[in-house]
Amino acid sequence: MANVFASIGDWVNERAPGLMPVYRKHMTEYYAPKNFNLWYYFGSLALLVLVNQIVTGIFLTMNYDPSAAGAFDSVQYIMRDVEWGWLIRYMHTTGASLFFVVVFLHMFRGIMYGSFKKPRELVWLLGMLIFLVLMAEAFMGYVLPWGNMSFWGAKVIVSLFGTIPKIGPALQEWIMGDFLPADATLNRFFALHVIALPIVLLLLVVLHLAALHEVGSNNPDGVDVKHGPKGNRWDALKPADGIPFHPYYTVKDLVGVGFFLLIAAFIIFFAPTFGGWFLEHDNSIAANNLVTPAQIKPVWYFTAFYAIVRMIPSAFGTAVWGVIGMFGSIALLFALPWIDAGPVKSIRYRGTGYKVALTIFVVAFLCLMAIGMDLTDEYFPKLFGAGIDITLWDNVFGRIMTLTYFGFFVFLWLYTHLGWEKTKPVPERVTTHD
Amino acid sequence: MANEVVDHGRRRFLTSATAVVGGVGIVSAAVPFIKSWEPSARAKAAGAPVTQSLKKIESGQQLIVAWRSLPVFIVNRTPDQLATLPKQDPRLVDPKSDGSSADQQPKYAQNGTRSIKPEWLVMVGICTHLGCVPNYVGEIKPEPFDPDWQGGYYCPCHHSRYDLAGRVYQGVPAPKNMQIPPYHFVDDTTVQIGVDPKEGA
Repeated sequence: MANVFASIGDWVNERAPGLMPVYRKHMTEYYAPKNFNLWYYFGSLALLVLVNQIVTGIFLTMNYDPSAAGAFDSVQYIMRDVEWGWLIRYMHTTGASLFFVVVFLHMFRGIMYGSFKKPRELVWLLGMLIFLVLMAEAFMGYVLPWGNMSFWGAKVIVSLFGTIPKIGPALQEWIMGDFLPADATLNRFFALHVIALPIVLLLLVVLHLAALHEVGSNNPDGVDVKHGPKGNRWDALKPADGIPFHPYYTVKDLVGVGFFLLIAAFIIFFAPTFGGWFLEHDNSIAANNLVTPAQIKPVWYFTAFYAIVRMIPSAFGTAVWGVIGMFGSIALLFALPWIDAGPVKSIRYRGTGYKVALTIFVVAFLCLMAIGMDLTDEYFPKLFGAGIDITLWDNVFGRIMTLTYFGFFVFLWLYTHLGWEKTKPVPERVTTHD
Repeated sequence: MANEVVDHGRRRFLTSATAVVGGVGIVSAAVPFIKSWEPSARAKAAGAPVTQSLKKIESGQQLIVAWRSLPVFIVNRTPDQLATLPKQDPRLVDPKSDGSSADQQPKYAQNGTRSIKPEWLVMVGICTHLGCVPNYVGEIKPEPFDPDWQGGYYCPCHHSRYDLAGRVYQGVPAPKNMQIPPYHFVDDTTVQIGVDPKEGA
């Protein structure tokens, strides 16, 4: 038997001699720093969730009907009548939310350890593009069940483009293919969600990994193992502080996968709607173009960016400023490698100002999330008495948090470009070398 | 052929000419695909005028009818509600609807009540911020979102507020007053939405 496999292997190798070198370059001879910690799980977990979304997504399309008349019913059909349909759908919906959980943590890791800095700017830019496509993918997927939140979510998001002066209204009609989200809108969102964007997403993931493997992985110490001493157990010319990705990090990642699946399974089986966070209650009502749900808010992963739209008032007769603010909040993340000119990568050796600023930034992001989820509407009266003007306090709090979000980038630019940062000495090698 | 000198200028010209012609071809070929996203003939045809009887709308009540799949609010405003309108002017973005909201109503509805007949408000119920349907909160009493509420519309999406003529308050995300559609009274108790009144009528 072994002979058969060996001869098949030889047969393939003779005809495609480039395959094994590619495998070795990216797996068994890709030397990653040996000091990865917990934060380094989220990249591989994102890949796992992507596979989950593709597999469950393919099976969902087999019973889903992308028409305004049939979409809502077909989702209920999947949930009730299709054998195991509920599990496949819950895997997809839970996967969508967990995708953003791992991606947010993955991005935070990159910011914390300076993984976006030279020479990894391209890795960061490709990652940000993945994030952008992922947001479009998630939004369109959210519209497909054609519940009332789907409908109004689509309406509001498409209206973001309607605020652009002059071309806005026509652009909005062009996106929807009608005067309101309708059959045409649902059909094209389905096409984009299941074909166009996944292809782009997969391509970007390949490029993201290829760009990473060109320059090598960063690590919690932010020192480049490629520039450190050479020679390890496997190769005299490779970094002393690197270990082969396979089997060392594949095995490590498997532990993460096991733990992650435990959490995911718990949610899928015991709390698939996650209290209305992952699947909103109003989306169990079919789309109705005459009634806006009493409380309309996006799914949790969009709420921070969405709160920024809400907090910026219209001026000069146009509401475009909020939209500019929202896209600006993402554009600034793209520009991070050029905003942050600090020479030290890892937070371990950066100045106190950076640590404080990053903490405040995370707090502001979480507060914007809470505002976008309307948690403030619920808790302000409880905290400050029922008589307060919620709109006023919501705006005051939200605008401070919006300014804080943008303030982080301004501070970071001044802090690093004007040389205010007092860094600690960076070690020569990763701190855990033997 | 083999020993001819390469003419770089000519080669550059040919390369750019090929690129330009190819680019024009790609752009042209993209046009049908981009145009295919425009509202189709079927979607455009669905926009016929709507006729609605007003007999059953009591004083202070709102009825929502669909016109071009858009919600149209028809409100029978009470004298008390009408009395609040002039008092709101200082708090509004464009009280006379002649500034940023100049194109939000036909000429015949560009007045203090934004209507043909003062009591009857006919308005497209779409928030001018991001297109939600604002809730009709007609009673003049303190509300959680405004302790000094004078009746009007409250948008659940981003908390924009409008008065009872659909005029937007200051300090909210919405930029303009809500839109008044073309409409006319067929007789005393019937309104047709989508058609202007006849000249001189």
